[in-house]
Amino acid sequence: MPGTEATGRQRHPFQPQPWRDRRIEIILGNLLRTGVLLSAAVVLSGACIYLSRHAHEPVNYRVFRGEPSEFRTIAGVIQSVMDGRGRGLIQLGLLLLIATPIARVIFSVVGFTIERDRMYVAFTLIVLAVLLYSLLGSGVGL
Amino acid sequence: MTILEFTAIVALVSFVAGLLGSLTGLGGGVVLVPLLTALFHVDIRYAIGASLVSVIATSSGAASSYVKEGFSNIRIGMFLEIATTFGALLGAFLATRIPTSALAVIFGAVLLYSAFVSRKPRPQALRNLPPDPLATRLRLNGRFPDEGGSRSYKVQHVPTGFSLMFGAGALSGMLGIGSGAVKVLAMDQAMGIPFKVSTTTSNFMIGVTAAASAGVYLNRGYVDPGLSMPVMLGVLAGSLLGSHLLVKAETKSLRLVFAVVILVLGLQMLYKGFWGRI
Repeated sequence: MPGTEATGRQRHPFQPQPWRDRRIEIILGNLLRTGVLLSAAVVLSGACIYLSRHAHEPVNYRVFRGEPSEFRTIAGVIQSVMDGRGRGLIQLGLLLLIATPIARVIFSVVGFTIERDRMYVAFTLIVLAVLLYSLLGSGVGL
Repeated sequence: MTILEFTAIVALVSFVAGLLGSLTGLGGGVVLVPLLTALFHVDIRYAIGASLVSVIATSSGAASSYVKEGFSNIRIGMFLEIATTFGALLGAFLATRIPTSALAVIFGAVLLYSAFVSRKPRPQALRNLPPDPLATRLRLNGRFPDEGGSRSYKVQHVPTGFSLMFGAGALSGMLGIGSGAVKVLAMDQAMGIPFKVSTTTSNFMIGVTAAASAGVYLNRGYVDPGLSMPVMLGVLAGSLLGSHLLVKAETKSLRLVFAVVILVLGLQMLYKGFWGRI
């Protein structure tokens, strides 16, 4: 990336600007895209199994019943994938999707550490703590 | 309607929603919940679960195209995510204690307010103001590519923006939307960040905000695989297309689309909430 070096020289050394974060941003963007495409592929393969078995059954989402426990927990989802269930595979893809932004935040901690930006390492760790609390604290553990 | 027909039609509608959500910075979800409840008679809780999942896909899928253009500001995003994730956690817990009709009314009110605020002209003087000293200390000021070079911007009113983002996060967690509308407005109007930077940065943040409440929703059984599958795949395809168009689209026409879409959906949700058809 020759453009980045050129703008980097013009920048004031004590004011790190987003221009300098371009490399991190591009890696993060690619990480997100990979995670999303991977989860979409898993969801799509689950969809093929699900539709091949249930295509002609009637639909009813009018009444809220809540999902069975096998689709509510990580352990339950993994078990239903093992049982070869299409909807289990879809749910696994959705779990991968939820994990993607969390992976992004973890990678941001690394990125800001490399840049030796302590303030933003701390900010990112706070965000990561909130994300992990919401996942583990709300009961979706193993 | 059979599962096959339902899946195909929901996927198509979600594709259009993803396209609109991406172009306007609303992030699809805000369009999806009213559409799923009105057109397909889906219970609002299933709609919220599916929409929340699609919001993560929209945000994450489009992010790589945005960052390559150099529009998004990673520091603004990360700093404000502190506010939005705490808010999202609070919102997700609040949602269990709120009846669905109240959720619809809050949803409608948020949409109408967003439509109103987005049409207010932005004060021109804002551009010439010195930056908020806090913004300088937090290193939030930046540059973005513009016609024939790059333009710098200075961030204003950091505490106001931060508080608004907490509210945006709470709404996201409560309604299963990205709250892109509130986020763009907080960053664009309160903090004086250029529209394209605020749109793309907010898009970047939406996935993390949605992930903060997604665990709670999954655990509650709001995320149905059969419904979320066509929604997520459709929205993802639409948003990927939309993110390629955004770079070429004009700010002015974007804002008009933005306002009209949220106004119509807001009225619809208010009607549903007050007349108990939800």
